[in-house]
Amino acid sequence: MNQKLPANRAELVFEDFKKPYSEQQARAEANRCLYCYDAPCIQACPTEIDIPTFIRRIANENVEGAAKTIFDSNILGMSCARVCPVETLCVGSCVYNHMDASPIQIGKLQRYATDAAFDAGLSFYEAGEDTGKSVVCIGGGPASLAAAHRLRRFGHKVTIIEKDHYLGGLNTTGIASYKMKADRSLTEVEWLMSIGGIEVRSGISVPDQMSWADLQAEFDAIFVGFGLGEDSLLSLEGADSKGIMGAVDFIAKMKLGMVDLSSVQHAIVIGGGNTALDAVRELKGLGIDNVTLAYRGGEAQMSGYAHEWSEAKREGVSASWRSQPLAFIHNNGKLTGVEFQLMDENKKAIDGQTKTLNADLVLLAIGQGKLGALTSGLTGIEVEKGKIVTDAHGATGAKGVYAGGDCRNGGKEVVNAVAEGDQAAQAMHTFIMGGGSCRT
Amino acid sequence: MPDLTSNTAGIISPNPFWLASAPPTNSGRQIMRAFEAGWGGAVWKTLGQPIQNVSSRFGGIHWRGERAAGFNNVELITDRSLEANFKEMAEVKRLFPKHAVISSLMVETKEEWKEVVKRSIDAGADGIELNFGCPHGMCERGMGSAVGQEPKVNQEITSWVKEYSSIPVLVKLTPNVGDIVPHGLAAQAGGADGVSLINTIKSIIGVDLEKMAPQPVVGNKGSNGGYCGAAVRPIALHMVAALARDPGFNIPISGIGGVTNWRDAVEFIALGSSSVQVCTEVMLRGYRIVEDMIDGLTRFMTEQGYETIDQMVGKAIPAYSEWGDLNINFESVAKIDAEKCIGCNRCMVACHDGAHQCIHPNPDGGLTPVVDESECVGCNLCEIVCPVPDCITMTEVDNGYAATTWNEHMTSGTKIRPKKGSHGYDMP
Ligand SMILES: Cc1cc2nc3c(=O)[nH]c(=O)nc-3n(C[C@H](O)[C@H](O)[C@H](O)COP(=O)(O)OP(=O)(O)OC[C@H]3O[C@@H](n4cnc5c(N)ncnc54)[C@H](O)[C@@H]3O)c2cc1C
Ligand SMILES: Cc1cc2nc3c(=O)[nH]c(=O)nc-3n(C[C@H](O)[C@H](O)[C@H](O)COP(=O)(O)O)c2cc1C
Ligand code: SF4
Ligand code: SF4
Ligand code: SF4
Repeated sequence: MNQKLPANRAELVFEDFKKPYSEQQARAEANRCLYCYDAPCIQACPTEIDIPTFIRRIANENVEGAAKTIFDSNILGMSCARVCPVETLCVGSCVYNHMDASPIQIGKLQRYATDAAFDAGLSFYEAGEDTGKSVVCIGGGPASLAAAHRLRRFGHKVTIIEKDHYLGGLNTTGIASYKMKADRSLTEVEWLMSIGGIEVRSGISVPDQMSWADLQAEFDAIFVGFGLGEDSLLSLEGADSKGIMGAVDFIAKMKLGMVDLSSVQHAIVIGGGNTALDAVRELKGLGIDNVTLAYRGGEAQMSGYAHEWSEAKREGVSASWRSQPLAFIHNNGKLTGVEFQLMDENKKAIDGQTKTLNADLVLLAIGQGKLGALTSGLTGIEVEKGKIVTDAHGATGAKGVYAGGDCRNGGKEVVNAVAEGDQAAQAMHTFIMGGGSCRT
Repeated sequence: MPDLTSNTAGIISPNPFWLASAPPTNSGRQIMRAFEAGWGGAVWKTLGQPIQNVSSRFGGIHWRGERAAGFNNVELITDRSLEANFKEMAEVKRLFPKHAVISSLMVETKEEWKEVVKRSIDAGADGIELNFGCPHGMCERGMGSAVGQEPKVNQEITSWVKEYSSIPVLVKLTPNVGDIVPHGLAAQAGGADGVSLINTIKSIIGVDLEKMAPQPVVGNKGSNGGYCGAAVRPIALHMVAALARDPGFNIPISGIGGVTNWRDAVEFIALGSSSVQVCTEVMLRGYRIVEDMIDGLTRFMTEQGYETIDQMVGKAIPAYSEWGDLNINFESVAKIDAEKCIGCNRCMVACHDGAHQCIHPNPDGGLTPVVDESECVGCNLCEIVCPVPDCITMTEVDNGYAATTWNEHMTSGTKIRPKKGSHGYDMP
């Protein structure tokens, strides 16, 4: 498995938005933690990391122990420390928010401890004693990686099937580069794989290139973690002009290689979610002067995080609120602008009101497709609005088939994918060791 | 404006803040800078036969982010010649006649004591301090705390010095004793005009876990040293108060040990000190700390209506009681202000694991834990751990029992209130 990235990548211009702590800063911040009992920060973490304990270990100069506490609950704790929207998770629920004091920077402390463990070459875990059972994880993203690592620790033989080349899923190809670059995600993948005995088959798409029946014949249990599909596109007039792309597609290109933006003066990102907010900040960071976020609702109606939008504004991104694209304007197939229908407070079109903005690049961040339908070949499985339905432990209606991550929750965060992957792995272990198998 | 002038056994200084005998008073130049910064007095770094110090002399306790909450040292007395020291002392007195310069001394024979006392007086010192306190190095040579721990020797040397001295003599006491009182009384019996305390406490500040040697490590070994700084203040306060309230003890006290600011200083004064001395805090932060000590003290006195330092000396001593004379029927309970509470549950875990199991999760699922007042013993633990100021208040409750003490109860059977706290946990 060669996971080497090209030497030249557009994302390399980015610096960390949140700078790492020095030892002194980490110690000072750790000492500020109140070591709450039944701490609300733990409850706010989907993987339930024992936050007061790991922070106290940093304060006590047991940084390796701190990292172990983190990884025990979240094997992707290193990347989560960088990519989690902590403002709405752990940090957002730190008790200091109830006082007029700044909350503990849990993410930065988590980064401090996990980076130190990586630097020291500590991987902490070994594969369990061989159980003779064999499991497969479909997709190589955070959900599958967490499941695979846990299953390996239980002693099962684990295979990951990934349709693309790189492992890490959107953690490698989608995360805003000012949070984490692709190479860091691949470093994490390598670290995780060092447990040994996880076979990777890449370039294989399920079920096209390997059918469910084949999987059921080969493995005792299946974990489905293939995430979401391609960017949703708009079928409007001029939609095939040169200069229109899906945002997730663009971000992946920028992270894995070079993008040519030399002719771009005006860029518009269409959408109001977190992908749209990442995209506008990324375009700014890549040197485009005029970047506009166009959203069909108002500022307060955006589903993207307020803390991200306020940073985007600070960086000089402008917004066009209540603007729904009507048509793409082009010159001989080359995009020159977008015509918008203006909307009212309830996102309803206001008759006869339109506006046009110049653009030589448009990124569509209006959602990604759902892949649940790919599982139609499995008897018993249930899919709702494209999401795979499971019980609370990740079991689908098909015997021995489990699911977790974006394909199950419809698209949340990396940390949710990890939590669901880990949880499903534990349920799969119970299932297999109890004599269960999906083999037909 | 209150008058900050302080008088300790006839040693007058423009304010009660003195530098203790230590590195900040090593030389005339330093002391002049300190006086310029505002210090009222300075006890010269102890003079005697010059010694040779080791390199690597200090150690600190870095505790939860605070550097040097406690401090220790294995330094000895001055390593500079008597000649140079006395010459500089005379120069300081010439330039700062109104400031107090106290000559700290430590020698062995009666002849030597006679000589250093005379030279101090000739240099213009306002007083003499006998260093009977150093707990390391010097005591191995029969000086310092070796003297301070033997009331007889202490009294005898004090009386020698008194024989030769025409200026006030303070005896600096060591805290490395079981009970400070007999040592203060010995100094008084020897004719001392006052005492100063505490010197440093015998200590090992820590262990270097790689070298497996006590700190501060000198090469590959370490020795016990003297503990000081903020961490020792409670011990010093108790020793000062123990002397101040002893009916047989009636000479002035210069209080020392862990003073970091004006508030600490007022506490020493309230427990019987006429002046306070500072070493560690100056070593850590410089002479400039005195500026706020003066300002804070002035504000405090103005606010409280004190006009002179004397009016505050020993003010808290009448309220310093034996345990057996405390009101055993006084009762308080913890009250939590739900408006202020941030839900950290520290009070709850502290009460459950470290006190009387009477703070419980909110039965309605709210953020704020609740106190079972019928079981709360009023121990203060929750109030101590709560990170939010004024969130937990210990509130007096009227239980209908007349005030009485344990001693009264034992001698005349007065009625005491029933016990509270975790009796549901009593083993059958
Ligand atoms: C632009 C963007 C930015 C984001 N930023 C953040 C952020 O800052 N913080 C955060 O916490 N979350 C962020 N997220 C969300 C986060 O990336 C996802 O929630 C998370 O990666 C989901 O993990 P997963 O394993 O379920 O799916 P994915 O990460 O999508 O991984 C799925 C993997 O399965 C593979 N696959 C797909 N189909 C098949 C198939 N048929 N057969 C085999 N393999 C297949 C894919 O190639 C991919 O490698 C972001 C998402 C996007 C789109
Ligand atoms: C480095 C150092 C050297 C000291 N040297 C002397 C000394 O020579 N003579 C003396 O009487 N006390 C000496 N002391 C003790 C101080 O004068 C003082 O009594 C003690 O440190 C407590 O006060 P503090 O808590 O303000 O430091 C020394 C203390 C330190 C830290
Ligand atoms: S809520 Fe904040 S202070 Fe309390 S344990 Fe968590 S990080 Fe520490
Ligand atoms: S201050 Fe530091 S450098 Fe200077 S003598 Fe002391 S230990 Fe050495
Ligand atoms: S310690 Fe204070 S802030 Fe924390 S839960 Fe108790 S009362 Fe509330």
